[in-house]
Amino acid sequence: MKNRINQLFHDKKENILSVYFTAGYPQLDDTVTIIEQLVANGVDLIEIGMPFSDPVADGPVIQQSSLVALKNGMCIARLFEQLKGIREKVNIPLILMGYLNPVLQYGVEAFCQKCAEVGIDGLILPDLPLEEYHDSYREIFARHNLHNILLITPQTSEKRLHEIDEASHGFIYMVSSSSTTGVKSSVADFHLDYFERINQLKLQNPRLIGFGISNKETFDNACQYAQGAIIGSAFVKALGDNGSLDEKISKFVNQLVKGV
Amino acid sequence: MSYQVNRKGYYGEFGGAFIPEMMHPNIEELQEKYMEVINSYNFRQDFIALLKHYVGRPSPLYYARRMSEKYQSHIFLKREDLNHTGSHKINNTIGQILLAKALGKTRIIAETGAGQHGVATATVCALMDMKCIVYMGALDVQRQAPNVKKMRMLGAEVIAAESGNKTLKDATNEAMRDWINNPEDTHYIIGSVVGPHPYPDMVARFQSVISEEIKWQLDEQLGRELPTRVIACVGGGSNAAGAFYHFLDSEAVELIGVEAAGKGIETKETAATLTLGKPGVLHSSRSFVMQTNDGQIIEPYSISAGLDYPGIGPMHANLHATKRAKYLWATDDEVLEAALELTQLEGIIPALESAHALAALKKLSLKPEDVNVISLSGRGDKDMETYLNHFGY
Ligand SMILES: Cc1ncc(COP(=O)(O)O)c(C=O)c1O
Repeated sequence: MKNRINQLFHDKKENILSVYFTAGYPQLDDTVTIIEQLVANGVDLIEIGMPFSDPVADGPVIQQSSLVALKNGMCIARLFEQLKGIREKVNIPLILMGYLNPVLQYGVEAFCQKCAEVGIDGLILPDLPLEEYHDSYREIFARHNLHNILLITPQTSEKRLHEIDEASHGFIYMVSSSSTTGVKSSVADFHLDYFERINQLKLQNPRLIGFGISNKETFDNACQYAQGAIIGSAFVKALGDNGSLDEKISKFVNQLVKGV
Repeated sequence: MSYQVNRKGYYGEFGGAFIPEMMHPNIEELQEKYMEVINSYNFRQDFIALLKHYVGRPSPLYYARRMSEKYQSHIFLKREDLNHTGSHKINNTIGQILLAKALGKTRIIAETGAGQHGVATATVCALMDMKCIVYMGALDVQRQAPNVKKMRMLGAEVIAAESGNKTLKDATNEAMRDWINNPEDTHYIIGSVVGPHPYPDMVARFQSVISEEIKWQLDEQLGRELPTRVIACVGGGSNAAGAFYHFLDSEAVELIGVEAAGKGIETKETAATLTLGKPGVLHSSRSFVMQTNDGQIIEPYSISAGLDYPGIGPMHANLHATKRAKYLWATDDEVLEAALELTQLEGIIPALESAHALAALKKLSLKPEDVNVISLSGRGDKDMETYLNHFGY
């Protein structure tokens, strides 16, 4: 069975732009509009954040958006409701990103089943480590054609890099520096030696660089070392500005791609 | 049945290490090295010497005569309140600071609720000349001002956690974020038997000195090593883990944990995790967690900041599931009453946390021949304001 993530990386080899947003932020029912607007502005891949009360891998911007989203009433069941019919509107890969506990409470099997029904292509669950994934989740994810996207960091050992590469089927999420989201924001902070080192390993999977990508400069720089990059906090922050969603989103993506 | 952790870091179906990849190198290092380090000759020597000469161990096992008369049953108090810094928390911080040294770390981070673990961490950092950063919920910074000042005087930096309800859970989140952002030089001294493997097992081992001493102290005083039951309060569960540890396989010994019910388990203001929670993953381990049907973590409440936590160590989740231990709860009111009773019967002012264990005496059917050991995990100095407000002295 084809997965849209593989299709994307097959068709496009560079400058892939992936954007993260927290579902339910700024308003509960913005989810579909945000997805449509991102697609209209040429984004290649979307990560839909499932808000969690205790997002330990995230910095203040995503924490705050998660809090607001939860207050707005967002939950996994509601998100699936909103995403029903999304595949009649957009065709790019969609990934759900979030923490394990809400997924466990929904029920892993039921969750994956729903993902498949609405047309989700992959999952990023930062607190589901490789070992637990292998032991208890891989088979369920695979049955529903969901790619599990694993992270690597500058501290990941070479042995583990290969294990993660072996276990990955879509792409590898390359964390720019060991940090929570939204911390670093200038090219000077990037560990270029790490980017080079990973490049030279000739991993089987394509890579997207994320964490700290916030503008055209950092995006372009990351794209020199990987197939593309992921923007999270910077976009979530922009969504919090005044103005209509359409305006905010086209302005943000244009600045990022064209620098204007 | 073994009640100890298995090779993968599980107690039955609880535990594990649900960590983001950013924490993997540090956790893997700990998993691979902790047993080797803490079993090494040098470590044992240093640990035992510091517990004896610095902490003041062994802590007394005190036969509480007037309490025993009142309850018509033999009651012993394990006096962790007499330790340096006033609670059992120091047993763990001594162990972890030695481990951090052995691993070549130079920077220590910790979370704290009541400030007892923060003070115990700041203390060992002063002792070992290590940089110390303590995360504390902004609300607790206000509620526990004296401990904040103590930590600062000891040379620690106290950072107020402004996220969530601004209490212990949020301080723990911030400490984990700090560790993610400082992956190379930092050791995180977790304050209870919670967090990813190997923390629950490691902290339980450091606290196990409590039951090790109870055994020989009972033998010395009664000519028997085993009590009828051991009673301890449970926040994350470290003083209980330490008090239960050497009795886990002696099935005749009844093990009683006491959770904080706050204003009552039927209210929203409670922290009785095993009574009200469901299995889930919080702070990197699978255990019981107080949560909504959607899996969002519920903010707990207890009069005692040290028990104000929506999770519980995986060891206790397993002891609960296998029915090896029994978990009761006590409300704020019951706890205040129990604290006053101990104070006036024995001249010992207990910490609010420890008073939860005392409150359980009224909930158990005690026989005259029973030997009850209560873990008196800490002293009440830090809680004087609360006591004075309630009792109006
Ligand atoms: C005196 C005292 N007892 C008990 C606790 C609860 O911790 P644990 O359940 O890990 O023993 C605390 C925590 O701050 C404490 O200060």
